[in-house]
Amino acid sequence: MTTASSATRPANESAVRRFRNRWNELSRPQQWVALIPLVVLIYLIPEINAPFLASTSVDFATSMFHAAEFAMIALGLNVVVGQAGLLDLGYVGFFAIGSYVAALLTSPESMLAKIPYLATLPIAMIVTMIFGLLLGTPTLRLRGDYLAIVTLGFGEIVRLLASIIPVFNGNVGLDNVGHPPKLLGQTFSNTDAKPWYWLMVTLIIVILLFVGNLERSRVGRAWVAIREDEDAAQIMGVSTFKFKLWAFAIGAGIGGLSGALVGGQVSFVNNQDFSVPFSVLYLAAVILGGAGNKVGVMIGGFLVAYIPDRFNSLGDKKYLVFGVALVLLMIFRSQGLLGARQRLLARGRQAYRQLLGRPEPITSESSVTPDGGAQ
Amino acid sequence: MTEPAEQPTEQPTEPVEGGIVAEVERMTEAQRAEHAAEVADVVAPDRDIAVGVGDTLLEMREVTMRFGGLVALDTVNFDIKRGEILGLIGPNGAGKTTCFNAMTGVYRPTSGQVLLEGRAMGRRKRYQITRMGIARTFQNIRLFGEMTALENVVVGADARHKTSVPGALLRLPRHHREEREVVERATALLEFVGIADRAADKARNLPYGYQRRLEIARALATEPKLLCLDEPAAGFNPREKQDLMGLIRKIRDDGYTVLLIEHDMRLVMGVTDRIVVLEFGKKIAEGAPAEIRENPAVIAAYLGVPDDGAA
Repeated sequence: MTTASSATRPANESAVRRFRNRWNELSRPQQWVALIPLVVLIYLIPEINAPFLASTSVDFATSMFHAAEFAMIALGLNVVVGQAGLLDLGYVGFFAIGSYVAALLTSPESMLAKIPYLATLPIAMIVTMIFGLLLGTPTLRLRGDYLAIVTLGFGEIVRLLASIIPVFNGNVGLDNVGHPPKLLGQTFSNTDAKPWYWLMVTLIIVILLFVGNLERSRVGRAWVAIREDEDAAQIMGVSTFKFKLWAFAIGAGIGGLSGALVGGQVSFVNNQDFSVPFSVLYLAAVILGGAGNKVGVMIGGFLVAYIPDRFNSLGDKKYLVFGVALVLLMIFRSQGLLGARQRLLARGRQAYRQLLGRPEPITSESSVTPDGGAQ
Repeated sequence: MTEPAEQPTEQPTEPVEGGIVAEVERMTEAQRAEHAAEVADVVAPDRDIAVGVGDTLLEMREVTMRFGGLVALDTVNFDIKRGEILGLIGPNGAGKTTCFNAMTGVYRPTSGQVLLEGRAMGRRKRYQITRMGIARTFQNIRLFGEMTALENVVVGADARHKTSVPGALLRLPRHHREEREVVERATALLEFVGIADRAADKARNLPYGYQRRLEIARALATEPKLLCLDEPAAGFNPREKQDLMGLIRKIRDDGYTVLLIEHDMRLVMGVTDRIVVLEFGKKIAEGAPAEIRENPAVIAAYLGVPDDGAA
């Protein structure tokens, strides 16, 4: 999207800006209608199975499921890192807890009572949210690097406990994790990822709606205020600790949900898939896409999951390529691929229009543009 | 971002005519005054204050603030009356900002008490103190840079509201009502301080003078019983200082009580009703600007004491 060299950039950017301005002009219902074809396309991707998109390592539907998984995880981590500005390096811990909740409650190898798989999804969210609170309550007094180190430790603790505590079966893991019943004519199994992909995309849309609601409310504003200047936020009456805790819990819940979904799709959970590099990869997805921007981080998640699948021939070098790409991105576009500002007012459109006679600017550099920087 | 198939064919609109800002430009003098009165009405504080106008709103009672061996405030006593503009002055290092921080809960006094409407602030958290009714601006501007001017003010207005995650998630009626209220109040505040034309700009892209005014608007958004301004004129030219004096008076006339820390003597003398002078953490004088100007202790503090002791 923005690998443009500096020479081609201005023309490119003005096209992007024109498009953004035009998009900005549409009312929200118009935007929804305009998005319908895109959503349909997203749902249809695994059916289309275009040869140039096909991945070399796994079948295409599985690859798309991975991408959707990363998009959802990025969306959850974005609440914590992008919106509230809390650096979390142990996000895989929440993912792991979600996976284990689903496995323990459905796998015949666990000693717990069995319940229908779909019921484990909300339970996984609630349990991970509780873990989010448990981790957040003592640690959210820390800031920046210190918080990052504690969360890094948390991720490792979860992984190690999964190896030590007998219930989790360590390396052997829990097999035959449940799956949803036949839904709308689709059979869920671990051999066909398509229905899982559709379920995942549907849940992502639901999460987008809810996270969007939060963003354009007192809660979203509190998060951004905390991210920008925590002391000033507190002095302006923001209960910073409470809202940080909420961000942590909500992020954890989304991580847990994705964990439960992946546990179900793979139908097997053991202690091997929850190591630190995953947390780093999730964070890379958020930074790559543009921390704070919901659409951006989903694109970031998609790329982080899809590119290694697609270019499997790179072998171990694929992470090297990633590293270089991230470094370049940070040099040339430090706000991430999509740097559009968050909108933080439920009635912002009407307010700006009423006050200024035009909608709010959407670009990240609003007043550096020729039209805004005149004064 | 995305590829929506259908687009209406209309041109991307440039700043069209309309909007309150443009409308005010076109108004006659009388209409403008009427509009300003409406704005002031929305901005005016709408909360119960336990004390009447002219009574003690905030009391500093024997406040001492020690940092290790350093006594930054030494049993300071003074009070702020509702509806006045009180100036807090003193040479560099006199303890003005420390006093301010003790008042707004950034520091806890080593001993003594700060009372708002007769109630001790005790060990309340900073955000609770703001909600109780003390708001402040910062000497070194501390806005939320990535937010627009309007959003910055809305954060302040949020302090008076209650919607939390469940309400926002499900968009409950209270969320809708509060969103309407904060935007209405915040727009009025931007007009009130005179920066509505840049409402949609990120705070960090605003000119310096606008940023200072935005800080005042954000603090006023919390509907403070007491508004504390920490050197609001720092870096202003005489013209801007003149405008600021007008704004401070306007804020007071709208029903607020103002505490002003300022170095610029002309501004302090010109706008305040009463002045408290600190030196080395002690209060050395208190009174009307005219008295303070003549006060030998104050002159000595600022100019030093000549050998013969005469001023």
